[in-house]
Amino acid sequence: MASLLEIKDVTKTFGAVVANDRISLEVKPGEIVALLGENGAGKSTLVKAVFGLVRPDSGEIKVKGEALEFGDTAGAIRRGVGMVHQHFQLVPVMSVTENIILGDEPRRAGFISMKKAREEVLALVEKYGLEVDPDAIVEDLPVGTAQRVEILKALRKDVDLLILDEPTAVLTPQETDELLQVLRNLAAKGVGILFITHKLREVIAVADRIVVLRGGKLAGVTTPKESDESDLAQMMVGRAVVLQVDKGEAKPSTVALEVNDLRVLDDRKLEAVKGISFQVHSGEILGIAGVEGNGQRELVEAICAMRSRVSGEVIVTGKPLANMRPKQAHLAGVSHIPEDREKDGLVSSYSIADNLVLNCFDQAPYARGWIRNLDAVDENGAALVKTFDIRTPSHRNPASSLSGGNRQKVVVARELSQNLPVVVAAQPTRGVDVGSIEFIHQQLINARDNGAAVLLVSAELDEVLSLADRVAVISGGKIVATVDAEGADRNYIGRLMAGLKE
Amino acid sequence: MRVTTSKVVALLSVAMFAYFYAQNDLVTTSVVYSAIPLALPLALAAMVGVLCERTGIVNIGIEGTMLVSAFTAFFVAAIFEDTVTGLIAGVLTGVVVGLLLAVMSVTWKMDQIIAGVIINILAAGLTSFLYRQGYSIPTTLPQFDITWLAGIPVLGPILNFHGPITYFGIFFIFALWFALYKTPWGLRSRSVGEHPSSADTAGVSVTKLRYLNVTIGGAVGGLAGSYLALEWVGIFERGFTAGKGFTALAIMIFGRWNPLGAFAAAIFFGLAQAVTNQLMIDEVINIPQQFINMLPYVLTIVVLAFAAGKVRPPAAEGQPYEKEKV
Repeated sequence: MASLLEIKDVTKTFGAVVANDRISLEVKPGEIVALLGENGAGKSTLVKAVFGLVRPDSGEIKVKGEALEFGDTAGAIRRGVGMVHQHFQLVPVMSVTENIILGDEPRRAGFISMKKAREEVLALVEKYGLEVDPDAIVEDLPVGTAQRVEILKALRKDVDLLILDEPTAVLTPQETDELLQVLRNLAAKGVGILFITHKLREVIAVADRIVVLRGGKLAGVTTPKESDESDLAQMMVGRAVVLQVDKGEAKPSTVALEVNDLRVLDDRKLEAVKGISFQVHSGEILGIAGVEGNGQRELVEAICAMRSRVSGEVIVTGKPLANMRPKQAHLAGVSHIPEDREKDGLVSSYSIADNLVLNCFDQAPYARGWIRNLDAVDENGAALVKTFDIRTPSHRNPASSLSGGNRQKVVVARELSQNLPVVVAAQPTRGVDVGSIEFIHQQLINARDNGAAVLLVSAELDEVLSLADRVAVISGGKIVATVDAEGADRNYIGRLMAGLKE
Repeated sequence: MRVTTSKVVALLSVAMFAYFYAQNDLVTTSVVYSAIPLALPLALAAMVGVLCERTGIVNIGIEGTMLVSAFTAFFVAAIFEDTVTGLIAGVLTGVVVGLLLAVMSVTWKMDQIIAGVIINILAAGLTSFLYRQGYSIPTTLPQFDITWLAGIPVLGPILNFHGPITYFGIFFIFALWFALYKTPWGLRSRSVGEHPSSADTAGVSVTKLRYLNVTIGGAVGGLAGSYLALEWVGIFERGFTAGKGFTALAIMIFGRWNPLGAFAAAIFFGLAQAVTNQLMIDEVINIPQQFINMLPYVLTIVVLAFAAGKVRPPAAEGQPYEKEKV
């Protein structure tokens, strides 16, 4: 059968970052193609290029044999491309019907005919088997139902190719299953489907074909028959360049961080961390390996008191932490390199020097009583910029003037320069250039050698394997195994990450 | 039916006026009659707010729009010795001011509060600077004697004998309500004010709709200003609008951004003012005029204090729309 969508050698760069590097793929009518990859692999960029929201630098995109003009959303819609955005494009205070008809309202004598509109929505619901109450107000709907409204909205425009950008990111497992069924039904009606995800289970369950992207490049094309979840995990997280880290033997001593039967809820109030226990000794690095979204974020936030615990305890140097505020966790001896540095790590409009004391500006020597000691802040800034090799003309410049790698160095400098007994590093090298990665890795090793207990959470398996002394594999909110990093079997860990028993 | 504060207040007011009417029908009728010219400019000015804010543009320049429109309406009418020419000039001035706000807030993506302040300062400065004494308009706009309207018991004498802007204004408020809730334009306008990217992805131009509605709003503001200068008092003075444009914003909030709700709130304000005036005339209450002049502002504060937290403005209000940066 002829191709519905053909992408040929599409390349897109943002500044120095190559988001898509000569990527090709195709979707046939009635086929479900999963676009799999870690965050930042270039999946969103690619589908946005198809829908005209991103202009590729080169390459060709054809729908039903006709080349699409780059950046022409209206043209894409005309040719039968529909897109369900990751962030719903729905007006919360309006009804389902109003949202679906918006922009192309059935009329009678110049007025909206709500009767015709409802009939039309009901017909759509009937045709595609997507149960929604046409009169419900969107903001009252659960996320899964709101998404169905979004899908109906796309389908109303005679869609042949439906693109879904991380449709399951916001869904509960049950809603996800329902969505997958909907996708199967749509495919059975001849609609071609291209959907983005980084969840392996869904891919195996529903896809006819799987396209894996890694670091902007095509990492492989396969089918659920040819590959199992561990193969896919390998393709997703495997790195072409293995970074060498120069580190000596670990000398673990006493337990500095202990987590006992920790349970934590995610933003949707679902249990994301389901009874995790582990210990990290002073002078060692424990790496947490896992496919993203398996409870890592919630685990880290609970340890750093950014998220309250349902049950379980966190013990820092022998003292249990109460469910409390991040500041107290810091005072108890936990430094935190957060996953999202822009949101949790820096105030980008503040100076680099101020950012370097963001968690201790009110303590000596940076404050006398309630008056800040700006000289001490300034000296500290100048010193850390030097030792941590932060590339900037002056430590008095705002943090926003720095590149991503140097911003991360500011966070690392602040957290590691205080020599706290516990270091929690979440995705410490995400979105950071290779030079800075090496430097940050070395700093983490130094912290370990100086006697800190380091908990390293990373989606990059290679990073975990090269830095950590022990590796705990997290899957579905549980630690499924803990192994020594030395001589660990990548394939074995990959299978564990995918949630397979052996 | 849900019991709300507004419904209780409405019922109590009706009961109160029914009682007064039984006591003295002539005075009561004249008091309520006099509330209409007090309420109308507030109601029209509140419609400016509804039009703009429903599409997500905060308009605090209503005061300035009314002031500068009243100014041109008056002086054009005086110089050309024709009230209708003045009216046209007043409305057109409103359109120009509306376009100015649209350019600042939509195209230049300026802070909308600052854009509104600019309009108010500009209006106050220009009208004071250009003001000349000794002008007068040939006549105010005529009051109509509508026989069938006069025939309605009780309400007839209240609703009869008003000018053209009053009747058009009331018609416009109902028409606006209808358009906002029953037409494609209304659905799109509201969606642009709530969640502009939804409208954009559905093929609705956020920019065009915001321009259109802010400009229509300007015209309505011009009408409200012209009403003051040409239909009601027939004069113009410096600072002539006396905060009506700001009170109108409170009325819009009190009416929950709904044209009919705002109309009801304006009538309530008008009645409160009319009753106070009457009590002063009767010397029932004997307090300095300054306190009476404060009344609209005090009511505004009270209303906003009660409304705060309970009403929900259009979600995208005050935010310039930027297409998703990818």
